[in-house]
Amino acid sequence: MTTVLERVRSGREAAGERWRGAPRWVRWALLAAVIVFFYALPNREFYQYLGPIPTPGANFTQVMFTVSIYVLLAVGLNIVVGFAGLLDLGYFGFFAVGAYTVAVLTSPSSDVKTLWPWLLAVPVAIGLTMVSGVMLGTPTLRLRGDYLALVTLGFAEMIRIAAVSSEFLKGQRGFNQIPHPPGQYADGKPVFGVLDARPYYWLVLTLIILVVIGVRNLTHSRVGRAWISIREDEDAAQLMGVPTFKFKLWAFAAGAAIAGLAGALFAGKQNFVNSQNFELLNSIIILAAVIFGGSGNIVGAIVGGGLVAYMIERFRGIELFGVELYEYRFLFFGLVLVVMMIFRPEGLIPNRRRAAEFKDRRKEVTVGE
Amino acid sequence: MSDTEQTPSVPAQAGAPALEAVPDREPLLEVDKVTLRFGGVVALNEVDFTLYKGEILGLIGPNGAGKTTCFNAMTGIYQPTEGQIRFRGEKISGKKRHQITKMGMARTFQNIRLFPEMTALENVLVGADAHHKTSVISALFRLPRYWKEEREGREKAERLLEFVGIRKRMHEFARNLSYGEQRRLEIARALATNPVLLCLDEPAAGFNPAEKEELLQLIRQIRDTGVTVLLIEHDMRLVMGVTDRIVVLEFGKKIAEGLPAEVRENPKVIAAYLGVPDDAA
Ligand SMILES: Nc1ncnc2c1ncn2[C@@H]1O[C@H](COP(=O)(O)OP(=O)(O)OP(=O)(O)O)[C@@H](O)[C@H]1O
Ligand SMILES: [Mg+2]
Repeated sequence: MTTVLERVRSGREAAGERWRGAPRWVRWALLAAVIVFFYALPNREFYQYLGPIPTPGANFTQVMFTVSIYVLLAVGLNIVVGFAGLLDLGYFGFFAVGAYTVAVLTSPSSDVKTLWPWLLAVPVAIGLTMVSGVMLGTPTLRLRGDYLALVTLGFAEMIRIAAVSSEFLKGQRGFNQIPHPPGQYADGKPVFGVLDARPYYWLVLTLIILVVIGVRNLTHSRVGRAWISIREDEDAAQLMGVPTFKFKLWAFAAGAAIAGLAGALFAGKQNFVNSQNFELLNSIIILAAVIFGGSGNIVGAIVGGGLVAYMIERFRGIELFGVELYEYRFLFFGLVLVVMMIFRPEGLIPNRRRAAEFKDRRKEVTVGE
Repeated sequence: MSDTEQTPSVPAQAGAPALEAVPDREPLLEVDKVTLRFGGVVALNEVDFTLYKGEILGLIGPNGAGKTTCFNAMTGIYQPTEGQIRFRGEKISGKKRHQITKMGMARTFQNIRLFPEMTALENVLVGADAHHKTSVISALFRLPRYWKEEREGREKAERLLEFVGIRKRMHEFARNLSYGEQRRLEIARALATNPVLLCLDEPAAGFNPAEKEELLQLIRQIRDTGVTVLLIEHDMRLVMGVTDRIVVLEFGKKIAEGLPAEVRENPKVIAAYLGVPDDAA
């Protein structure tokens, strides 16, 4: 059994080596092919040939939109958890802040009645989430250890409770008629309508690409080195001149901004936002997705976020012995995670360093140290 | 190592004499009656010494004497219970650790503390970043400052890795380097912060005689570029061979200070090291 596992493992490592060793143009071509594939994916003409991939129980295009939002969130949380090593258990709270900011500023059911267009509300939503990230981070990021996990958990719960019970945030009734993103076709029909989810998916996909470029620029700079050094050894980082508090705060703010953007996109698509959209479970799912994909690696976060969100939706409409599997989706999800922890604890596509670390640990275990 | 812009280039005094001989030397670090207690343990007891620009000062003493604690107090990890430490004329109490580093104090650790999942090059770059100003915005949009500082940092890091002799290992993760390479990488990383004062905590621990000799050479070269060195070391011979002056601690108290030859003859020091003659270490 171990030999089979070892073989699978070394096969995957070889694939990684081959990717890193491949000529530049091969990598660019593959990347372009992947991007084209994902732009094409929500078209029926294309996905009908993809066998079991389209979801039987739900509109596949809608599912792909949800998946894309999760991918965006995973990329953002990966900055905080994967690079800076800060355990944030309430990341979805920032998503809620983004969505509610758009709802309050644009919806006719809001008390403030500003009725802004969606596009105007987006930068405000991002700004406000960043501010809430900084407000949450300022007192807690000075402390080490588990405080941050607790405080972020509390923050997400606070936002959820405010959403449920505050008159201003409209609880279950929610906000309706949130405007869609702007844009018209030549015949006067809006690009972003009610029925077709594809334009929204394409919009999110495009933004994911831009965000990933931005995150990559950060991680390959002084900023990213500071984040990783903090994750590796915070004391040593300080003594090497890294202003750790400042960079932890930046990690938090950057992660929050991305969640705020995701929230604003969600609100603009959904047309309706209420308190049921922001269960605590979502924070855990995204965190699990980042760990599942391989934290500290951007591609890992993308794959993790995408797969986790997709798997959950994939269960819809599948019946087994008269029960809908969707009801048990989290059970399966948990099972997959447990299996992962046993066979591939470093995540699907770990950062190279993590992979090395876990490999050594395995060695240590076998040596019996 | 022309990267010591921050360092006032004090010419190395050949065979630098003791402070008694040159009273006008400029103090760099003043440890002024520093006491540091951990609950009941008095790790430092009114420790008092001065470090002058351009010298190599040895800080020695038996296990648990308080040498590492002294480094920790200097670099802002612990606050002295009493007394104070001045670096380049400024009190360091109340300063943040990264500010102390920026003032020109750098250190290595007795138990190696690299960033294991970063490459050797990246480890040194973190040190070099201490004086960089690339902000989140300039990194995000790759503005000119980003390119300039990345290029400078890279050149400096490669130069330093070359200097400590591990340049060909620069793309290796720190965790995969050999023990000796890791010790050298720590020195390179510390030097990357442009220190005026470099504090080495038992840099030769676990080295064989040949490696120790190489390290001695390296320390002398560092001093020759104008960096003052404070060296904690157990191996008496190594200390005698490289330091200009020596401070001896025992049970948190300074028991002797002076030229290596004087310290070696000091009966208190001999008593403290009893059973550890200097050629046995
Ligand atoms: N954080 C701490 N908490 C409590 N006691 C400490 C702490 N750090 C050091 N000590 C104590 O202070 C004393 C001095 O320790 P220190 O590590 O400075 O000795 P040292 O001279 O560096 O010894 P060695 O040669 O073994 O490295 C020891 O008795 C040690 O147990
Ligand atoms: Mg020590």
